[in-house]
Amino acid sequence: MKTYLLPSFKITIILIVILAGLYPLLIAGIGKFTPGHGDGETVTYKGRVVGYANIGQKFTKDNYFWSRPSAANYQADAGAGSNKGPLNPDYLKDVSARIDTFLKHNPDVTRAEVPAELVTASGSGLDPDLSPAAAKVQVPRIAKTRNIPAAELYKIISDNTERPVLGLFGPPTVNVLKMNVALDELKK
Amino acid sequence: MNTEIIGVVFMYLATIALAIPLGKYIAKVFKGEKTWLNLMAPLERFIFKFSGIDAHREMNWKQHLKALLTINVIWLFYAFFSLLFQGHLPLNPDNNPNQTPDLAFNTALSFLTNTNLQDYSGESGATYFTQHFVFMFLHFVSAATGLAAMMVVFKAMKEKTTEKLGNFWEFFLKSITRILLPISIVVAVILAFNGTPTSYKGKDTVIGLQGDTVHVSRGPAAAMIAIKQVGTNGGGWFGTNSAHPFENPNYLTNMVENISIILIPIALVFALGFYLNKKKLSWVIFGVMTIGFLIMLIPSITVEVGGNPAIAHMGISQPGGSMEGKEVRFGPAASAYWGITTTVTSNGSVNAMHDSMMPISGLAQMFDMMINAFYGGVGVGFLNFYIFIIIAVFISGLMVGRTPEFMGRKIEAREMKIASLIALLHPFIILVGTSLASYVLIHFPNINWGTKPSAWLNNPGFHGFTEMLYQYASSAANNGSGYAGLTANNIFWNVSTGLVIFVGRFLPIIGPVAIAGILASKKAVPESAGTLKTDTATFGIMIFAVIFIIAALSFFPALTLGPIAEHFSIK
Repeated sequence: MKTYLLPSFKITIILIVILAGLYPLLIAGIGKFTPGHGDGETVTYKGRVVGYANIGQKFTKDNYFWSRPSAANYQADAGAGSNKGPLNPDYLKDVSARIDTFLKHNPDVTRAEVPAELVTASGSGLDPDLSPAAAKVQVPRIAKTRNIPAAELYKIISDNTERPVLGLFGPPTVNVLKMNVALDELKK
Repeated sequence: MNTEIIGVVFMYLATIALAIPLGKYIAKVFKGEKTWLNLMAPLERFIFKFSGIDAHREMNWKQHLKALLTINVIWLFYAFFSLLFQGHLPLNPDNNPNQTPDLAFNTALSFLTNTNLQDYSGESGATYFTQHFVFMFLHFVSAATGLAAMMVVFKAMKEKTTEKLGNFWEFFLKSITRILLPISIVVAVILAFNGTPTSYKGKDTVIGLQGDTVHVSRGPAAAMIAIKQVGTNGGGWFGTNSAHPFENPNYLTNMVENISIILIPIALVFALGFYLNKKKLSWVIFGVMTIGFLIMLIPSITVEVGGNPAIAHMGISQPGGSMEGKEVRFGPAASAYWGITTTVTSNGSVNAMHDSMMPISGLAQMFDMMINAFYGGVGVGFLNFYIFIIIAVFISGLMVGRTPEFMGRKIEAREMKIASLIALLHPFIILVGTSLASYVLIHFPNINWGTKPSAWLNNPGFHGFTEMLYQYASSAANNGSGYAGLTANNIFWNVSTGLVIFVGRFLPIIGPVAIAGILASKKAVPESAGTLKTDTATFGIMIFAVIFIIAALSFFPALTLGPIAEHFSIK
């Protein structure tokens, strides 16, 4: 063993310098040239930072697009999923209650139209997105509370929709925070 | 086909398209042929000179293992004490505390062994120092350890009767400088440009649009996330791993990360063929692995896309499939694909919570880890597969009444004993661990520990049992993914999985290296008409049967109590 001990120590030290010191500094340097300068991309409203584009926020007021339920209550320093099994009876009760709440706040929506993603919690607890369909289903409620035509809301949704990569890969998504900033920016 | 399915198919095909040339490149690197990354040679010479290493000195298999184990012991102590005192060390902008001794024990072993089971959350349980100087450092060197061990076996298969099997330090360092680091830089840059943070700033506080105050954890994550995927490590920066929108911001990064997960494991299968000049053998191994992979993948995607029947009964629409624990930007198909790729390769990162997936997915993921050789972890995946090859050769030999030979070497009692022990070790530690946990849970539910056993599980019934079985399967396979509902940060789980992780890493490295070393030193038997051909489809079927029988016989009863029972209780 002894013949290997000293070389092991030395190569460990120099690799720590290269791999844990220099390599991330290189990436941090390159990161300065990215859209968020490596700090994370923020979203502003009236000159104030109101959040991070990639980090979902809690939206439960009727005049905003709701985001998905979150097991972490959208605490972005302690994200978490519910980790409930698909047949867990308590979990299914929660889902059922969320459906009822949703229907109460969205009287124009039938039960069969409620999308599952709006009554199930995401993996990160910080899901920033909805599918365009789950945004559209909320249009009648927002149109009523804000007293604006539905067409403007559909426009906000389509303006903020991210197409699949190259139009081919993955689902289309729409960022909830960006849509809600767009809502607040509409002249009332 | 919709865009989600096309995305998954594309990811797999793109991986193969990259893996074949990468395999050729890796073979060249270890044959010592010129590649464009020879520009790393001065750096390597400097590192060897600094460390006082003569990289040209040939080692026998025992010397290889001594070097490997010595340096791993040093890393273990370094990691353990760093975690124990991380609160006092620099680069801790969020003022996170020290890890407790049992947590540090588990975490240090976990990262040392390429497992990355994380009983803490990165946001609150680690510092920027430990994330980089412990975790990310170990991400590189643990993957390189696996590659170096695999190279000993490759070399032993290639050479005529010899004791000399190359130099451990050379295999180890070249794995980093010529394979892991260059690929990681590319992946990290792609992540950075898609929104993964790279700066050293701490938590940010913002007031959201609705008026809620939010604390947003950040940090120089992109560099670490790249190597966590490339080295089949899996331990991420944030607690929810690649489900976290900073760690995996969009579908493009999801494709890049997921390709990185299985890229090197598949490339190594081809590297074997290029290295030995036996391409047909590579294709046979690749075929066996791919069939196993698809058998797991297709049912998992089907059930996740199909949605949760219990929610369908409530009369709502599930156009996006089962969405509990999943992110909208990935959807159920890409989440299921990730779940299978991460468990076949011993990666263990997740982009959706496995605990909330359908029972069939859980069954497939656990079976992947129980076999642990369909592609497998960087380096070690092939070592596991090598054990199955040896057993298959032996059984085939018995069946046709010939002395079993592999690569022109007779396989005799000593090698078979080692192979059998290693093959049985894996079910042994998984099942003993799970039984022990179940016993404690049933008989001492309210014993006065920090976490009472009755509070371990997040789900009742069969699913709760699966949480425990999954945890030990993941530990033994050095995978590191989890049914995260399990309350694992307490002495029982930290210590028991820590031990399983340790045994599950080093014995399956020692065993194959020893077998290969012993075989290499034997006299070569010339190939004759009676030699069992190992590069044929027939032999492929034989290996598949051996894998399937060992795994099925060992694990079927336990799986019946968990995911299979849960599946049949779906109404």
